[in-house]
Amino acid sequence: MLTVTDLACARGGVPVLSGVSFAVPAGGVLILRGPNGVGKTTLLRTLAGLQPALSGTVDFPEDQGAYASHADGVKATLTVTENLTFWAQVHGSRMPDDILATFDLETLRDRMAGTLSAGQKRRLGLARLGVIGRKVLFLDEPTVSLDAFSVRLFADFLRDRHLAQGGLAVIATHIDLGIDAPELDLTPFKAGPQTTGGSDEAFL
Amino acid sequence: MIALLIRDLRLAVRAGGGFGLGLAFFLIVIVLVPFGVGPEAAVLTRIAPGILWVAALLAALLSLDRIFALDFEDGSLALLATSPLPLEGVALVKALAHWITTGLPLTLAAPVLGFLLNLDGPAYPWLLASLALGTPALSMIGAFGAALTVGLRRGGLLLSLLVLPLYVPTLIFGAEVVRRGAEGMPVTTPLLMLAGITVGGFALLPFAAAAALRVNLR
Repeated sequence: MLTVTDLACARGGVPVLSGVSFAVPAGGVLILRGPNGVGKTTLLRTLAGLQPALSGTVDFPEDQGAYASHADGVKATLTVTENLTFWAQVHGSRMPDDILATFDLETLRDRMAGTLSAGQKRRLGLARLGVIGRKVLFLDEPTVSLDAFSVRLFADFLRDRHLAQGGLAVIATHIDLGIDAPELDLTPFKAGPQTTGGSDEAFL
Repeated sequence: MIALLIRDLRLAVRAGGGFGLGLAFFLIVIVLVPFGVGPEAAVLTRIAPGILWVAALLAALLSLDRIFALDFEDGSLALLATSPLPLEGVALVKALAHWITTGLPLTLAAPVLGFLLNLDGPAYPWLLASLALGTPALSMIGAFGAALTVGLRRGGLLLSLLVLPLYVPTLIFGAEVVRRGAEGMPVTTPLLMLAGITVGGFALLPFAAAAALRVNLR
């Protein structure tokens, strides 16, 4: 169960979203919608605890959150199995035997991740979600560079394994995942006038 | 944490990991010095402790920016930050992995290179001891610097400027151990100071590095 109350978050010191409230029950999914730059990534990073919220609360069972974006931490010089085993060990969980099959990676198991195609690498990144055993997933555009078949694999994983076992997910995506889920458009929560540039980073 | 250590060692040893880079640099610098200062054995003997330590320090510096930068770029660092591992532990393990792939080979190679610089006989055990004791501090201080500069473009340059002044005490006491060892003087005081820097660094800097990482991950 994930409860978000009156959350405000900022990107680079500039407030992006304010007054975001929603709840996702166990086994549920919430799809975040909104145009580029509305703050989907910022919201997900705030929910995952990577950056502090300006105000408001995020409540979910401790040590159950996992974040995933297009930068999925796949190491090019490790094999597919080594990549997954590492994340399983870090989270102190066992790698499910069928996780490679779930993401159609079985024939690639001993290949270096650096030799995989963009879509295969993405599938490997998503397979990580299946080995870490976390219940609350914050997914930022999980289907980038996936073909229709792989999107279906991912949707099946989400529905049949993650949600069926009481997990939940908040997903920012622009495509139709084929999962029956409520959608939240972030446009109304946009905070104040948009300011651009002027950050200290311009000097570095 | 052991899984992270093993992964980092594996990444360092595999193609493109940069393992051996510091060692090769160390070797080349030491070989170049006699060309620069001339072949007089007495001069080389006198400057050997300092040169060996400075070269080891620069060699360790060479691979510092990789400690966190690669994991930052591919998103691993954000994933590690949300994993059950505390970031303090991540910083500690990464410094340890850096030492095993850089400081340890440097330490083991140093006696051979000391021979090239005509280092005095009694100094060899102390060269080995001072590097074994001092290079972990170089890795830990470096990891802190790397954590500070992780998200920056051309952070490597800034990292050197930040870290080199912090290396001064390690260098002073490290070279002093070898110099005193060569002259047959007691080495206890500089050796204890060196050990103090290393132990203090490992006790405090993981927390500083983790705090810097948290800020840079925002």
